[in-house]
Amino acid sequence: MKESRLKVSTSPTHIKEVSLFARDTLGFDHISTVSGVDWIAKSQLEVEYFVGSTTPGQEDFILAISELVARENPVVPTLIEVWRGVEYHERETHEMFGINFQGHPNQSHILLPEDWNDLPPLRKDYVSPGR
Amino acid sequence: MALESEYSPDADKIMSVSLGPQHPGAGHFRIRLWLDGDYVVRSEPDPGYVHRGEEKMGEYRNYIQNVPHLERPVILDSSNILFPYALGVDELMNSKIPPRGQYLRVIMSEINRIISHMYFLAIQGYFMGHTTMITWCMGDRDFWIDLGERIGGARVTFAYIIPGGVRNDIPTFAIEKGLKTCDWFDKRMDEYEKIFFNNPMVHQRSDNIGYLSRDDAVVYGATGTVARASSLTFDVRKDEPYSSYEDFEFKTPVLNQGDSWARAYVALLDMREAVKIIRQALKKLPQGSVRLKLGPQPRVPAGEVYARTEAARGEMSYHIISDGSPRPYRLKIGVPSTKNLRILPHLLKGVHVADIPVIYWGLNYWPVENDR
Repeated sequence: MKESRLKVSTSPTHIKEVSLFARDTLGFDHISTVSGVDWIAKSQLEVEYFVGSTTPGQEDFILAISELVARENPVVPTLIEVWRGVEYHERETHEMFGINFQGHPNQSHILLPEDWNDLPPLRKDYVSPGR
Repeated sequence: MALESEYSPDADKIMSVSLGPQHPGAGHFRIRLWLDGDYVVRSEPDPGYVHRGEEKMGEYRNYIQNVPHLERPVILDSSNILFPYALGVDELMNSKIPPRGQYLRVIMSEINRIISHMYFLAIQGYFMGHTTMITWCMGDRDFWIDLGERIGGARVTFAYIIPGGVRNDIPTFAIEKGLKTCDWFDKRMDEYEKIFFNNPMVHQRSDNIGYLSRDDAVVYGATGTVARASSLTFDVRKDEPYSSYEDFEFKTPVLNQGDSWARAYVALLDMREAVKIIRQALKKLPQGSVRLKLGPQPRVPAGEVYARTEAARGEMSYHIISDGSPRPYRLKIGVPSTKNLRILPHLLKGVHVADIPVIYWGLNYWPVENDR
């Protein structure tokens, strides 16, 4: 990884505290994107928040705050109160990985069809039709 | 008269209306609106009509096979969506791109920035009721597509920026052609400024419409033209120079009006800087090879990377995880349209229905890019 990247791994119980510290004390106030990863071999799912900063002097820096959660019935807290902009990113992570963001105002499908009735498509055990 | 007697101002005051997805302006995108008369009370964007599963597709293909399909989500900005992907794979492979390759990447990226902004301004002019804008911008955009074709060999979807460098070298005649196009376009932009941006009609239809403050731009994670029109200095080319951007002299245009007019005008200022960069890059193009030999199935070591560039619409980022196999384990495309979409319901609160197209398109939102 580059020098201007840092990945912080935490747990769903502490992610809110860590994020608030990153936003208020370290100045990481600008959400870049939210990504999910399915670690099927370890039976875990990962949610990663990539946060940038508008504070002069650290604009090049991207902080990745990640949390691991069990693959069965994954529940993590939403970070909308920390970064308002994560709303649609979390909604997408919810439908693509089946992660439940507790406290999220609207977790209906955003990219998938409303009647999608299958595994979340970015999970590794979902196989695309024709593959 | 019958209608009037049925109408009760209190009972069903709020009407819910669907704007799109077939609307000629919205294009593969729907906005659900709740209206009180002519005013928008609440709105909810409904994307996803053109979702193609690019990220899942990426997991089935190797790093070179991923190149052509990854630029499909935003064909009018095709080089810029590939740029961070190439940077990410280069970083994973720890490859050093030859200087000529880096310069050519910059040239193509800036050409695509102009192509994309011209399309944006064309449609924005149409929404403002200025039909000259759509004909001029669409026509002039073709000269840049021609230039890209002369460099990359393909039209629109150039697939030019690839892991390891660029696909082919620039022909000598394209350098001359490029410099001529830059000179011509500089004069052309002066005319744009006179006829569009100093036009009272354009001002009337976009001034103070869809105001976004700097604080809100930060909170909602705005990027690109939207952020820079709201006095937020945000430009990855300056913040985190990549691919020799530090070699070129250019400014990051920032406006503080925060309205639809500023969001359109900042695109013109962006194009002025893009022309400057293209001219400098063409003039001092280094000699040497343009790419590394990677082979059809490059070995990418295991690792995780977050690469980002400044695309026409804003910060384009890729989160790539490699497990050492020939295909990416995870390929997340963080597109600027998604980053700016959350601003739309915020801006639409309380506006007239007639202002919706200008605000919507002013966000430089591209539905296919958002849906991936």
